[in-house]
Amino acid sequence: MTDQKPVISCRNVWKMFGPQPEAYLAGLDPAASFEAIRADGYVPAVRNVSLDIAKGEMLVIMGLSGSGKSTLVRCMSRLLDITGGAIEVEGHVIGDLSERQLIDLRRNKMGMVFQSFGLLPHRTVLDNVAFPLEMRGQDIHARRARAMEVIELVGLGGREDYFPRELSGGQQQRVGIARSLAIEPDIWFLDEPFSALDPLIRREMQDEFLRLQEMLGKTIVFITHDFDEALRLADRIAIMKDGAVEQIDRPDRIVMEPATPYVAKFTEEIEKARVVHASALAGPVNGLSLSGDAVDGSKTISQLARLLVNDERSILPVAGPDGGVIGALDKQRALDVLFGEAQ
Amino acid sequence: MTTVATDAPVSVAGQSRLRMAQVLFGAALCLALAKGLLPDAMIRLPEAWVLPFADWFNAVFNFMRDDLGLVHVTRAFADGLDWFLDVTANLLYGKNRWPRIGPIPWSVIAVTAAIVGYALNGWRLAALSGLTFVWIAVMGQWQWAMETLSVILIAAPVSVLLGLVMGTLAWRSARFRAVLNPLLNVAQSLPHFAYMIPVVVFVGVGPKAGAIVTIIFSVPPMIRMTLLGLQKVPTEVIEAGQMAAATPWQLLRHVRLPTARTEILVGVNQVIMQCLAMVVLASFIGMPGLGQKLLQLLQALKIGRSFEIGITIVLLAVMLDRCSKAWAMKQPVHMEKGTPWAVRHRLLLIWVFATVVLWGLSLIFPLLHEIGRREALSLADPLDVAMDWIIATLDPVTQWLRWFLIVWVLIPLRDGMLWLPVSAVLVFLMAVGWAVGGRRSALICLAYFGLIALSGWWDRAMITVYTVTFSVFIATLIGFPLGIWGSRSDRRAKTVLLVCDTLQTFPSFIYLIPVIMLFGVNDVAVVGAVVLFAAVPLIRYTIEGLRGVPDAQIEAADMSGATRKQTLWSVRLPLALPTIMVGVNQSVMFSLFMVIIAAFIGTQDLGQEMQRALSSSDVGKGMVLGLAVAFMGLMVDHLVTVWATRRRKALGLG
Ligand SMILES: Nc1ncnc2c1ncn2[C@@H]1O[C@H](COP(=O)(O)OP(=O)(O)O)[C@@H](O)[C@H]1O
Ligand SMILES: [Mg+2]
Repeated sequence: MTDQKPVISCRNVWKMFGPQPEAYLAGLDPAASFEAIRADGYVPAVRNVSLDIAKGEMLVIMGLSGSGKSTLVRCMSRLLDITGGAIEVEGHVIGDLSERQLIDLRRNKMGMVFQSFGLLPHRTVLDNVAFPLEMRGQDIHARRARAMEVIELVGLGGREDYFPRELSGGQQQRVGIARSLAIEPDIWFLDEPFSALDPLIRREMQDEFLRLQEMLGKTIVFITHDFDEALRLADRIAIMKDGAVEQIDRPDRIVMEPATPYVAKFTEEIEKARVVHASALAGPVNGLSLSGDAVDGSKTISQLARLLVNDERSILPVAGPDGGVIGALDKQRALDVLFGEAQ
Repeated sequence: MTTVATDAPVSVAGQSRLRMAQVLFGAALCLALAKGLLPDAMIRLPEAWVLPFADWFNAVFNFMRDDLGLVHVTRAFADGLDWFLDVTANLLYGKNRWPRIGPIPWSVIAVTAAIVGYALNGWRLAALSGLTFVWIAVMGQWQWAMETLSVILIAAPVSVLLGLVMGTLAWRSARFRAVLNPLLNVAQSLPHFAYMIPVVVFVGVGPKAGAIVTIIFSVPPMIRMTLLGLQKVPTEVIEAGQMAAATPWQLLRHVRLPTARTEILVGVNQVIMQCLAMVVLASFIGMPGLGQKLLQLLQALKIGRSFEIGITIVLLAVMLDRCSKAWAMKQPVHMEKGTPWAVRHRLLLIWVFATVVLWGLSLIFPLLHEIGRREALSLADPLDVAMDWIIATLDPVTQWLRWFLIVWVLIPLRDGMLWLPVSAVLVFLMAVGWAVGGRRSALICLAYFGLIALSGWWDRAMITVYTVTFSVFIATLIGFPLGIWGSRSDRRAKTVLLVCDTLQTFPSFIYLIPVIMLFGVNDVAVVGAVVLFAAVPLIRYTIEGLRGVPDAQIEAADMSGATRKQTLWSVRLPLALPTIMVGVNQSVMFSLFMVIIAAFIGTQDLGQEMQRALSSSDVGKGMVLGLAVAFMGLMVDHLVTVWATRRRKALGLG
């Protein structure tokens, strides 16, 4: 997938809130600190962000509350106009789209799920889900049939005549998800979709979400401030602080090789063994003499724990997806990850 | 020890503000005491300084009416409205106009009202709605009530529509909002009569004038609520709409307005209540109906009959209020799957059936169609007997009260107010302003009353001020203890609040009936009516203030061993005071409105002049007098708002 053009590409994106953001940004010293900008009465919600999202990838954006996650995603869907830089979606600079073109883009390509659901209280589940189709001018029978399909898909069959008020939080968010899927979008934005839910329901919804993603294979930008959630879902994680992206990388690399002290601190509490895969830890073979069965590179260290502890060898071969050996795993290093570095 | 922050630390700014206020108080006192030494110009403004505001207003109005030809526009609009009024008039009381199918039998209307009541909120509302119309029919007031309703039926929807459009425009354009907001403030503090005079000039008198004045009077709250509702729509709902690729118009129509439904319907409720209040008063400009009948009967001192009409108006008010509130609160509920059509539309079918049956029956039994004067019941005779007895029994008390109030309170107070030099009053008001909100507030107070002085209506205005001040004072004496009593337990609070809510739905005119009954037509009756009317918001806000004190604060006080009385005085009341002051503010507003309405039973204040301006269709004079009243209200409003906001902040109540 790396050789394809990215679906979403952000180049030096800035989003500034304040009285005259464009003029202010134009005269801004590029090295100005977050605090200095705040002191001038502006909020740099997104600061100089550059990233690419490949087709079919799931990028999870993480960060503390107020770090600019929602703002960044709203810039990508152009719910907000950016102050500086450029964002391309499927090759179109979305800042240059006319109102008409933007509406077309949203009608055919984008879906979004919101933290507090954003349902229309006066419409039934069915009419909420059919809303994007109605806006697109689809006739009533076609849109109802399609809405029923997605309602079944998210497991709300039988509830289509209910009003949002009559549903639980988890069910309401299923409606939100169904609505965002109704137009069969290629790009799916989810802004903390499960944060307002109870932990048990959240888990259930994550499983549900993974099932959907496996089935649909969409390009996804997913916001959360819950690291466990991020680890369960992400292909790559972007960590934001004060509007800037501190690091964007695969989960195991974020954990094993934090780019900044902030990211290190952020990931400190994480049980690394549950994140890091054998393949990520494996070093080059480089003529080492490897013997015995290879371990599966796609397993995490904690999944391999029993095997590692019982194995006599100090260096183990690691197998790639096709079964061929792709590297050598130093057992001591793996055990360090498993039990934490010896102090 | 738990300390409850009831006294905010006095800041440096606060201290200098108080010092300045003290100086000004002193100056005002000196000015009053040294009246003999003051030059005449400081006692009353010399004639030459009085600005001819009225002439200016007249010039503007004449220009708009004649030169701009606005009168043709308004007349055309009025004629259009007239067509609709004729339709409802035909349906409700059989006026001989298109569509010529009316009058609808009273029994059909009563059943329709009952079914609407049931659909909105179950059996109790059904009974209230249905029985209201049964009462009206049985008491022989059908014609008048329908004359009134036929205007409301047109005025309220027009007003709602106008309010929606203007509210939406105000929401879209910050500039429009900036212009509209002060206008609405003034409009909402202008007394009813001030609206009538221009309408008489532009449209004439009669039902269509009544409808138009009603529309104008009831639009402001609708604008406000629409704006509020649109501003309150959660961002994520709007973003969801945008992501669904709604165009701006689709967004407004399908997302914003429906999501603001509750606020908009609360606006509808307010429109309906304002309409009823105004349509009753519009009898002064020749609007037939309940109001006109009530006015005639009151002027003829026919107490029993006016009481009957009073009950009708009250029933209508309560019914309209409950129905529209129930509509606002009603949340959609889904039907079980596979519910048959007939069950889904059960009420509609019952309604169609009942209408057909009753209409048929009314052709056979005319009494179901119309109850004539002869067949109508009347409670007037026994009521009159009962009233006479009550009045006779209370007579020694009311006589004495009347004598005491007039001789010992009202006349001395009035003379005192009239004696005060203009300069002393102005400096005093500046002192109050300074104490409350510093220089800005002082200047605002000065501006409002300075303009009143410049208008040349100072003496009349002082009489209004004295009536209002005295009435609000008495209302506080009654309302405050009642509020404290009412806030003692949840159940009591609920009951008292319900009573207050109900009393507040009554059109102001109604309050005149009992006081005229007891005191006759004089100043005491006016004060009585104003006190009654003004006490209601005070009771209500006292209870709401006291009940709204956070539990944690009270528990803290309880745990520090405070007695109930100590808790009340040192925790509950200080924390409730900002809310209570909002009640005082409303109380003053209500008093001002009431004083002006009460003018027709004989006062010497601005209200009486307003009546004169109305009968001579003097737009300029009417506007000046109306604005004078509005300025008094706006000044109090400004002071209370500034004070309460600062106090809330100091108490950390948000
Ligand atoms: N409309 C706005 N006006 C001003 N500041 C805003 C606005 N929206 C967001 N912000 C500010 O931008 C920053 C980032 O907000 P947001 O993107 O919502 O953070 P997150 O989603 O990571 O919690 C915050 O400091 C927030 O206060
Ligand atoms: Mg957010």
